[in-house]
Amino acid sequence: MDKTNAAFEPRIVAFLCRWCSYAGADLAGVSRLTYPANIVPMRVNCSGRVDTEMVLTALEKGADGVLIGGCHPGDCHYVSGNYKTRRRVVLLKQALSEVGIDPRRVHLEWISASEGIKFQSTMTSYTELIRELGPTPVRQRKEPVHG
Amino acid sequence: MSSPRIGVFVCHCGLNIERTVDTLSVSETLRQYSGVAFVSDYDYMCSDPGQQLVSDAIREHRLTGVVIAACSPAMHEPTFRRAADDAGLNPYLVEMANIREHCSWVHLDRSEATAKAVKIIKTMVEKVRGNHPLDPVRIDHVDKCLVIGAGITGIQAALDVADAGFEVLLVEKEASIGGHMAQLSETFPTLDCSQCILTPKMVEASRHPNIELMTYSEVLNVSGYVGNYTVKIRKNPTYVDPDKCNLCGDCEKVCPQSVPSEFERGLVDRKAIYIPFQQAVPSTYTLDERSCLGLHPLRCSECAKVCEPGAINFDMQPTILEEEVAAIIVATGYDMYPIVNLGEYGGGDVANVIDGLQFERMLSASGPTGGQVRRPSDGRVPKRVVFVQCAGSRDPENHNAYCSKICCMYTAKHALLYRHAVADSEAVVFYIDVRAGGKGYEEFVQNATEHEKIRYLRGKVAKIYQQDDKVMVWGVDTLSGKKVEIEADLVVLAMSMDPHPSTRALTKTLKISCGGEGFLKEAHPKLRPVESLTAGIYVAGAGQGPKDIPESVAQGSGAASKAIALLTQDKLSHSPETVSIDEEICGGCGVCVGMCPYTALSLTVSGVAECNEVLCEGCGTCVSACPTGAAQLKNLTDFQLREMIEVALSDG
Repeated sequence: MDKTNAAFEPRIVAFLCRWCSYAGADLAGVSRLTYPANIVPMRVNCSGRVDTEMVLTALEKGADGVLIGGCHPGDCHYVSGNYKTRRRVVLLKQALSEVGIDPRRVHLEWISASEGIKFQSTMTSYTELIRELGPTPVRQRKEPVHG
Repeated sequence: MSSPRIGVFVCHCGLNIERTVDTLSVSETLRQYSGVAFVSDYDYMCSDPGQQLVSDAIREHRLTGVVIAACSPAMHEPTFRRAADDAGLNPYLVEMANIREHCSWVHLDRSEATAKAVKIIKTMVEKVRGNHPLDPVRIDHVDKCLVIGAGITGIQAALDVADAGFEVLLVEKEASIGGHMAQLSETFPTLDCSQCILTPKMVEASRHPNIELMTYSEVLNVSGYVGNYTVKIRKNPTYVDPDKCNLCGDCEKVCPQSVPSEFERGLVDRKAIYIPFQQAVPSTYTLDERSCLGLHPLRCSECAKVCEPGAINFDMQPTILEEEVAAIIVATGYDMYPIVNLGEYGGGDVANVIDGLQFERMLSASGPTGGQVRRPSDGRVPKRVVFVQCAGSRDPENHNAYCSKICCMYTAKHALLYRHAVADSEAVVFYIDVRAGGKGYEEFVQNATEHEKIRYLRGKVAKIYQQDDKVMVWGVDTLSGKKVEIEADLVVLAMSMDPHPSTRALTKTLKISCGGEGFLKEAHPKLRPVESLTAGIYVAGAGQGPKDIPESVAQGSGAASKAIALLTQDKLSHSPETVSIDEEICGGCGVCVGMCPYTALSLTVSGVAECNEVLCEGCGTCVSACPTGAAQLKNLTDFQLREMIEVALSDG
């Protein structure tokens, strides 16, 4: 088990809202703050666009972790999208526990456009957390398909 | 539909990307990827030849979509969309794959970064594969601009927009316009009298036919979108009719209530009914209801009794005004870092430790001492004054981490003016280092140190306390390495600049952001310094970050020119990446209607949802809530996202 985990490189997708978290990731870049390369970022206008089905799709397609980055409460560029996401994530986490998936595999974090350091620390700690949790139980082991 | 022919353009960004991402190998990998018809890499894709390369490839290879693998879309998305448009490709078929900010700049391992870059690019190829050509939504706009804050920045912005022929609504929270600049004595490095250069502008702003001035007013609510914002403003009651008030001042004489004067920084008191300063605009008295005995004829009403023109009206009510504006300029300015936070320097505790603005009032000819430097404790003329720079600035452990930028200059000015005002005086300045970047600034400081006999001590002050009649200043002269103990008559703290306390709440109202320090956040720190990330909302002045008068004025004009550029457009463009409803599968449940923060969605008579694309901002919250998938965000549909997720998680 230890050996598997040492060689295990988590696959994580991050949905980042355009106005806060994506810009926070940009700031981390401009500030040259390094973090693990396991996360593939995806820009959405609002964290409210991240529906539970998309998170489930990511888990189903083998994500070891799914991260959602939104604006801080009260700061949503679209007024209230982040509140809706917060509610959705709470429900989703409950549902995940019930089907035996560690709810920590889905994580919502508020990262503002000025929080490059928070972006860095979130990416680092979340990658480490997923590394500890090990590979997702969902992924069906298949030979890698080339080409 | 014919099969997609997507072009991928990989930018080296000099070495910025190339150093950690193997662009050659990335290009090779992408060449094998389905749907990709053309791949090229180049040193600087954003340069003229780089853009030409993209345009040429679009034409020659009949590309149906383009992915630019380079920097953040916040940087060059508009650049490449324009280039594509010129080459005849719909701009909404162009996407940026951010392999710089999100990849090469944040990873050290070349193979890891290269693998991640490939994944990022592939997700964007998948997005482009599903994108459709779109046309911007054209919208009408009103012809008015709102300026929030009427300090020098807001006044300049308002005048510029008004001079261009557009209506301006200038809103100020205080009873008079003018801001902090009205409090200053003389300005560095030219020593112009601050009021002399400011008051003509204040008067001009108040008399300009295109400017509607609203003082003692606050912005309560903002809704709508660029070109058509609806703002709700509350005008607080001044209880004095400005048209009737003839400034005789009789009311002030009989008012029994005294409170510290805000304008005079508490050096003297004002009455509950007062005029902030003699040149105030609008030129009228204001009855401050918080300090008044009770706004009731039975309780006091001394002022009303003596007011000959009958200008005082205790029954005045707040009025709420609703206005439509196309653009908003936010110029909320700064406030001094509270002196009470500097307990180690006797702030708020030792009467003869004052802040820079208090010293300005003392030096000002119109100030409470008529321009004479006097100690607050006993009114004596101080013979030795110690000036402490960086009070509350550049101190990440205890106070503000940032440099307040203007303090080095105004301290040199304070010391110089003090030396001129008081014969046989001694001025000592404690500094960390002197930052005098600006036209004529260094020369000004040099003159102060060489010819005005001002003693500059390099070092930080450890402690300031009262001893008998004196103020003791303990510090270290770091150049000689010796402890310094100075017996001063007066200490002036060059306090740090804070964003105005109202800034944070206002940014929430406007849905724009402020940085960690609370200053207004600009769209880009270098290239878009006066724009917020919200279209049609601009930021300017010391509310955006510490700055001096010329910079504030320049930003005011800069923000005004942005607003004018918007106002002069016949119609505005609105992003077409909005929500569409597939009527075939819409069940008419109406869940989306409740989700929309912009009331863009409604149910039609035939029982299906409908999206007003002018109102839709494209957040996609309704898409996430739609149980059937009928609501989709154009060019970021569920289908596209699924494809993107799949490739992001794939092995290859």
